[in-house]
Amino acid sequence: MKLTLKIWRQKNRQAAGKFETYSLDNVTEDMSFLEMMDILNLQLLHDKRDAVAFDHDCREGICGMCSMYINGRAHGPENATTTCQLHMRSFKDGDTIVIEPWRAAAFPIIKDLVVDRSAFDRIVQAGGYVSVSTGSAVDANAIPIDKTTADKAMDAAECIGCGACVASCKNSSAMLFLSAKVSHFALLPQGQAERKRRVLDMMRTHDEAGFGSCTNTGACEAECPKSISISNIARLNREYLLAALSNDTM
Amino acid sequence: MHLVSPTNKRKLDIIVVGSGLAGAAAAATLGELGYNVKCFCFQDSPRRAHSIAAQGGINAAKNYRNDGDSVYRLFYDTIKGGDYRAREGNVYRLAEVSVQIIDQCVAQGVPFAREYGGLLDTRSFGGTQVSRTFYARGQTGQQVLLGAYSALSRQINTGAVKMYNRHEMLDVVTIDGKARGIIARNVESGEIERHGGHAVVLATGGYGNVFFLSTNAMGSNVTAAWKAYRKGALFGNPCFTQIHPTCIPVSGHFQSKLTLMSESLRNDGRVWVPKKKEDCGKNPLDIPEQDRDYYLERRYPAFGNLVPRDVASRAAKVVCDEGRGVGKSGYAVYLDFADAIKRLGENVIRERYGNLFDMYERITAENPYKAPMRIYPAVHYTMGGLWVDYELSTNVPGLYALGEANFSDHGANRLGASALMQGLADGYFVLPVTIGEYLSHEIRSGKIDTNQAAFAEAEKSVRDTLNQFINIKGNKTVDEFHLALGKIMWEKCGMSRNAKGLAEAQSEIRALREEFYKNVFVPGSTDEFNPELEKAGRVADFLELGELMVIDALNRNESCGGHFREEYQMADGEALRQDEYQYVSAWQYNGMNKAPTLHKEELIFENLEVKTRNYAEWVKTSSPVLVLGMGLLVIKS
Repeated sequence: MKLTLKIWRQKNRQAAGKFETYSLDNVTEDMSFLEMMDILNLQLLHDKRDAVAFDHDCREGICGMCSMYINGRAHGPENATTTCQLHMRSFKDGDTIVIEPWRAAAFPIIKDLVVDRSAFDRIVQAGGYVSVSTGSAVDANAIPIDKTTADKAMDAAECIGCGACVASCKNSSAMLFLSAKVSHFALLPQGQAERKRRVLDMMRTHDEAGFGSCTNTGACEAECPKSISISNIARLNREYLLAALSNDTM
Repeated sequence: MHLVSPTNKRKLDIIVVGSGLAGAAAAATLGELGYNVKCFCFQDSPRRAHSIAAQGGINAAKNYRNDGDSVYRLFYDTIKGGDYRAREGNVYRLAEVSVQIIDQCVAQGVPFAREYGGLLDTRSFGGTQVSRTFYARGQTGQQVLLGAYSALSRQINTGAVKMYNRHEMLDVVTIDGKARGIIARNVESGEIERHGGHAVVLATGGYGNVFFLSTNAMGSNVTAAWKAYRKGALFGNPCFTQIHPTCIPVSGHFQSKLTLMSESLRNDGRVWVPKKKEDCGKNPLDIPEQDRDYYLERRYPAFGNLVPRDVASRAAKVVCDEGRGVGKSGYAVYLDFADAIKRLGENVIRERYGNLFDMYERITAENPYKAPMRIYPAVHYTMGGLWVDYELSTNVPGLYALGEANFSDHGANRLGASALMQGLADGYFVLPVTIGEYLSHEIRSGKIDTNQAAFAEAEKSVRDTLNQFINIKGNKTVDEFHLALGKIMWEKCGMSRNAKGLAEAQSEIRALREEFYKNVFVPGSTDEFNPELEKAGRVADFLELGELMVIDALNRNESCGGHFREEYQMADGEALRQDEYQYVSAWQYNGMNKAPTLHKEELIFENLEVKTRNYAEWVKTSSPVLVLGMGLLVIKS
């Protein structure tokens, strides 16, 4: 198939960016979206032009590195699919595809389609862990957890930290990401000791990083490649309220 | 073994390169112990490391199932699975600490699968007859990595670990024979940085991407290990590559990587091809039972579909080479769940493998609940890596290698669900203890001064190499060279190898390398975010590594595990080991285009009888009283 691509090009953090238009031939439907990008880059390099920079690594939908805003949707037209798992059979011959980076003040653009998501790391550093040093654990089966709870914790822990929730949110809120991590630990017995401090510290870091507030539009859930449920945000709000009203350190 | 007191730990700096299971676990644990740690990763976050893509599970000799498992049994299975080419002492220690790993992960909140009673569930994996694999749906690697990442994040928060994201290590600095730091490039700004430390720990993963197509992440590379090799560290068993039997087959020339389907699928999936060549093009559902060849069950009745990976991969190659492969290319076999769905119901299968089935459908646009999957072997893991002793130290004092980056525990073939086990064992429980012995002698060294000549020289050489790539201004892209190298490696140093092909491969790789330095095109400059420049450096190193793998494969006149030399096989096509090769080949660098020197570490089995691997019959394993030393670490030239 033959495609027209409109891609955001920006040399570095400071430079002004703009859309460039490219046409690409010989795309087949079995190709993944990133393989289509590889072919575009091959063409650009043969013309002695700079390749389009984009983040990607595992290409199996799990590392969370790929991050393209395709035709107005994070990770493109298919639901519950990362950009790397999107295939060209989702497009038609003659299509024009618009490709942008994640757009959010808390995710500054580094180059072209590559953004800086280190704010996510900072949120986790603020409390996204159980403080258990190596060697101090009890036998694994000494902590029984009923299957339903364990499954719910796993549902939340499946978040890949790609940032699609932020890119899709009109407020650029990272609440879905934050709530997935808070829920994962709040549900488990291992997470209880630091439950209140965790949610307060992580929420504060979220706000300081420049992410917006949640107004429950549900765009994050609709665009999440791992189908993380918005009910985690409800749990986050409950956890936050509980901690804010009863935390002994306050 | 000496220890370092808490007050002295504060004076010692450790550099950890890589933030996967081994690197993140080591950096976190060293931080907890009180050392000053700097941790580096080339991705935008330590959570992206390719450990995250491991699907099936993590082994541990917990024996929660009461099915006859034990530390000894895990030790025995690993040595046997590795075709008696791993060091006894290291593997026994691995089996011992496997138990603590699960405890640690659960304490961190890793949501492993559970039974209704609330206790942990396990499943079976290839090469074993017990159920010792703990798992978190099909995302075990993700969950245990996020556990290590959370521990690392906690140490970053306390200030014990300083994290350098989007930084790539481009050289090791050695002073008076000791590792004293690294040169790293900030890939966003292009800045070249010097970092000093009292020890350098490489946890930089494997080099399967030398084949271009593999299940590794696009960025996985050999560069850190290769720079260490060029600075004098020995490279162990470079030719030992694992070809994983259950991957989605190649669909076109544009393909950038291959996707694994977890080995756990072989618990319920049955592997088959048509008995008759003329049936290969038919719809598999129209081929009646009596016309199907369940070749793994036929050839290996004791283990059936759960034979080790090397055995399953080669068996698939055999039936495809006979012309009985299926799919467009003829290079695929069926993995069929019809019986399991009939027996257990679609819901149970969805619960166990739902995400894998979805992934398969997304890639191939076929529904594996309705028709069998098509699979074919692909490069997945490299058992070879930097040579290390029992303390995980390379022969360069102060330079350590962990996880897939070292050669140590899997011999010539790794069993499924053992990579996560080894990465975490090395990172959480082994290195943080063993490194104390070396560092106890460093407490008076003081801060490592990065203004020393060795740092300046290493920095200059890094800058020169980067400038060289930019200035070649040739006509071929880095990927085109990588693809060409991968083709040579897959065809001549892949699932089966022979002396003639390997000799050809060596000269072809040399010619390709020569062309690379004359004709590669890298756009832009060195002082900007330049992914093509990063790739150029990695491919340049692969072009050297490929030759070393071929040299090693040519030297090893035997078949063992994943290394199958066509000249050495039994009448039934099984691997034929040769006793005189019961050693680790540890190669020493002598310069580009110069033959490396081979050192041999003999493998001495004091606790296991070396046998021919047999997965066709049941073999009784007795559990003798163990007399285990530290393994014999003498290197003989």
